[in-house]
Amino acid sequence: MSIGRSLQRIPVHPAAPAAIGLALALALSACGGTTQDSQDDTDSGSDDSDAVADPDADYESGLSLAMLPKSVNNPYFETSSEAAAEVVDELGGDYEYTGPSDATASSQVSYINTVSQQGTDVILLSANDPNALCSSLEQARAAGTVVVTFDSDVDADCRDAFVSQVDDDAVGETLIEMAAEQIGGSGTVAILSATANATNQNAWIDVIEEQIETNPDYADIELAGVAYGDDEDEKSFQETQGLLQANPDLDAIISPTTVGIAAAARYLSSSDQQGEVALTGLGTPNQMREYVEDGTVTEFALWDPGELGELAVYTGAAIASNIITGAEGETFTAGDLGEYTVGEDGVVTLGPPARFNAENIDDYDF
Amino acid sequence: MSVEAGRQGRDGLHLSRFATWDVAIIVVTVVFLIFAVTSVQHFGTSQNATFLVLELAPILLLALPMTLIIVTGEIDLSVASTVGLTSSAMGVMWNSGVPLETIMPLCVVIGAVLGAVNGFFVTALGLPSLAVTIGTLALYRGLAFVLLGDTAVADFPRSHSSWTIGTIGETPIPNVLVPMIVLAGLFAAVLHAMPVGRAIFASGSNRVAAAFAGIPVAKLKFWLYVTSGAVAGLVGVFWTLRFSSARADNAHGLELTVVAAVLLGGVSIFGGKGTLPGVLAGVVLLSSLQNALRLANVSSEALTVVTGSLLIISVLAPNILGRVRGVLRRRLRRTHVPAPNP
Amino acid sequence: MTVLARERDSEGGATSSTGSTLLDTVLRFRALGLLVVLAALVAVTAAVNPRFLSGSSIRDILLAASITLLLATGMTVVVLTRGIDLSVGSVLGLSAFCTAWLLSENPGVSIPVAMLVGLGIGAVCGLFNGSVVHFGRVPPLVATLGTLYVFRGVVYFVAGGSRINASDMPAGFLDFGSARVLGVPYLILISLVVLALVAVFLSRYRAGRDMYALGSSPEAAELAGIPAGRRKLTAYVLCGALAGLGGVLYAARYGTVDASAGYAMELDIVAAVVVGGVAIFGGSGSVLGAALGAFLLTVISNALPVLNIDQFWQRAIVGALIVGAIAVDRLVALRVAESLRKKGSHVG
Repeated sequence: MSIGRSLQRIPVHPAAPAAIGLALALALSACGGTTQDSQDDTDSGSDDSDAVADPDADYESGLSLAMLPKSVNNPYFETSSEAAAEVVDELGGDYEYTGPSDATASSQVSYINTVSQQGTDVILLSANDPNALCSSLEQARAAGTVVVTFDSDVDADCRDAFVSQVDDDAVGETLIEMAAEQIGGSGTVAILSATANATNQNAWIDVIEEQIETNPDYADIELAGVAYGDDEDEKSFQETQGLLQANPDLDAIISPTTVGIAAAARYLSSSDQQGEVALTGLGTPNQMREYVEDGTVTEFALWDPGELGELAVYTGAAIASNIITGAEGETFTAGDLGEYTVGEDGVVTLGPPARFNAENIDDYDF
Repeated sequence: MSVEAGRQGRDGLHLSRFATWDVAIIVVTVVFLIFAVTSVQHFGTSQNATFLVLELAPILLLALPMTLIIVTGEIDLSVASTVGLTSSAMGVMWNSGVPLETIMPLCVVIGAVLGAVNGFFVTALGLPSLAVTIGTLALYRGLAFVLLGDTAVADFPRSHSSWTIGTIGETPIPNVLVPMIVLAGLFAAVLHAMPVGRAIFASGSNRVAAAFAGIPVAKLKFWLYVTSGAVAGLVGVFWTLRFSSARADNAHGLELTVVAAVLLGGVSIFGGKGTLPGVLAGVVLLSSLQNALRLANVSSEALTVVTGSLLIISVLAPNILGRVRGVLRRRLRRTHVPAPNP
Repeated sequence: MTVLARERDSEGGATSSTGSTLLDTVLRFRALGLLVVLAALVAVTAAVNPRFLSGSSIRDILLAASITLLLATGMTVVVLTRGIDLSVGSVLGLSAFCTAWLLSENPGVSIPVAMLVGLGIGAVCGLFNGSVVHFGRVPPLVATLGTLYVFRGVVYFVAGGSRINASDMPAGFLDFGSARVLGVPYLILISLVVLALVAVFLSRYRAGRDMYALGSSPEAAELAGIPAGRRKLTAYVLCGALAGLGGVLYAARYGTVDASAGYAMELDIVAAVVVGGVAIFGGSGSVLGAALGAFLLTVISNALPVLNIDQFWQRAIVGALIVGAIAVDRLVALRVAESLRKKGSHVG
């Protein structure tokens, strides 16, 4: 059969499919005008006001907890998870570590939906986006799941509590303080961050910028710029290189991300500027040990991701056991970590970041 | 020339082969759904069905125009980047105070323009669509980041974003299912019941013959790219509202899932063959398989491998089936048969 | 006709036909154009910041280019046969992680052995790709898009959440990553040697020239008795092996390897090859062109931070370059075809 001949007499309008597109456009334009300023919606509000906490209650056993990291295959969350699993074991509960292999909000939504379908009691979440996860978190909470964020928060209305590694101000202040100490209080400083979207890093960078502008101690420090290594080793490496070329008189680099500081240290250690350009930031002792020993890095900081995971488990279990509700001022005991108080907006803070240098780095293994 | 001739010569075989594949994939999908409902815990709940529909909505919408494009023998790898760029644009416009009712159709228009750029390069300059759309995949995603950079726009009105994830009344039927069905019906009608559809098949199975038959192949392809862009723009709006977050990295990497679903649905990557019901089954199968695997606590690494393998198998299986059938037929007839093509 | 012209052209014998000399001129013009763009970019960047031309900066660019160059060389061979290999980034990741792991477990393993292991892993992946493409008759785009997922999934399985740090690997291996002979880094030397070998293979050896023939016209190549299957397999194995070798270099250079090594790298490699003038539908182009493309892309990504251009532009520029390069090629090809036709009518 010949397709060609049978088609010969048929009038074809090539634009016909595109008519669908136009129809789409028309269908979407309704009357009215909803703009950013005309927002009328009020927050759905916290729904736990009717719950009453019983500070003397014990942790319930048999709770099921799921930890959802930003992405699996990340050593940092792996450390959190190992510690968390131990605590869950002690409390006699079930533990699951699951999540997407790419760190995007939309794939995290699928996993939130999945664990809430599975009837998990507590979700421990490090969020890839402060807002994109809210609707699915609300659905999970409506079904009775306790949502505790750690490491990276979501909008305060969408979760029961947030376990913060440290408060943003303390991190930012520690970072700029370490840099200032290492360059003698004056000079040019640049920042090598993670992705440009990263919630944490941007909050800390804001604090650093504010400190440089307002704190008289840092009056002689100038911020040359922020580069983004996307938390990829290779990219961070190249961006370090770019920073040094763009700013020949650079005195220090602050890298508030574990991937960035390791890549920058590796670059500096094999370059002519080793020891001339100070490097500080947030890194893990195991990754940075070599560079502290060879003199590339003097001092850096971080919290213990394992302790962060433990505290997240205790916080989640405490809420699920009704020891706390997540309201400001409540206290609970988190095993060996000691007693914690819930702060404003349901934030539980682990503590100030630990600083690592040649003297103490060998005491840590993570 | 000889490729075209060869392909035409095998038409009969192809048609029956793919018709079977279509039916097979629909049957497999149904069987899998029944299996999952009965043996995967939590899969059969109405809430999970809602989640599933929301999850597959963007894939299904993008698969509709993608099917038409692949049937004409071309491809559009830039769809996910178009989603990202329209999402970024939506955030920028919202931030500058443009009302949502203007933004939404504008986003569809932006998507259509981006699609027209693809269409221009492919049809007016005659460039290979694979190379062009790999290029615009990078270009559009890059522009999305240039537009919105490190910020996410998240303060869209709750009423709109809750509609996208809401259900009709008390039923578990998601609101978005209605436009999905309407659009799927429209595209199915265009492909299978309208003259344009036949022209699409003709330009994919034998371009030269189609041109001789007076079909404006280039124009047709151009408008298909425009359509693909427009639908991607619509998905950009849906994605932004569904996650109430306009970000440059929205829908990153989704093009691969869409292509995988379309090919799984029995559309030939060489063009000329495929049906929309098959594609719908492909989308449902891919999404529900991933959903079920997640519920069964299978790791995301395995999901990555499953998606990749399905993509290869979806092309490999009909090829092998076809060859087996060819051998059988030869044995049965033992008469003269045309030599197999490369 | 075009096959013959191109074959002659690749032999370097621009003596006989008018088509050959013209094509030669065009290819030279194209390489020249790339060089001009490259030089202009370097000049502008150096004018803004003279340190861009300092010894250490040039060394950095050469180091960064060495891996892209290696992968682009392999990709060129596959693209010449009318194929494509989108899985190179995943193959690089797999090889980088496996060799890094091997070295961290057995610090005694010598560098050549590590490189052989990487090559081997890559070759196996390449063989898989080639088999799916040839025996399974799956279009290269689909096959390697699939293995892009599959190989990456395997890396995730192997690596889990672990990361191999510089301190885990033997110092000798890491030194190799930054060491140099007469100021030239080892890594770029390796890439250049490979590049030269492949260039010779493509132009002097029958199997190499067959790649061009296969890409120009698969049917004609088959009729001419070229063993298409063996050649295709060779191309994919070569491409995979070089991606595997690239993984070893990656591990040596960056010192830190986790499951994401080489993620999304395929785009840059395809871009380098296309920008370097290799026709995406096969049959025309050279590894030297691809090498120039790789250099251009590396210089761009190194120049952007120096020029203080928002790095968000980088990806957009890569995309624009791909589309621009194939559009320019097409227009040039049309011109050439037209002038060929005119010449032909004059002669005839």
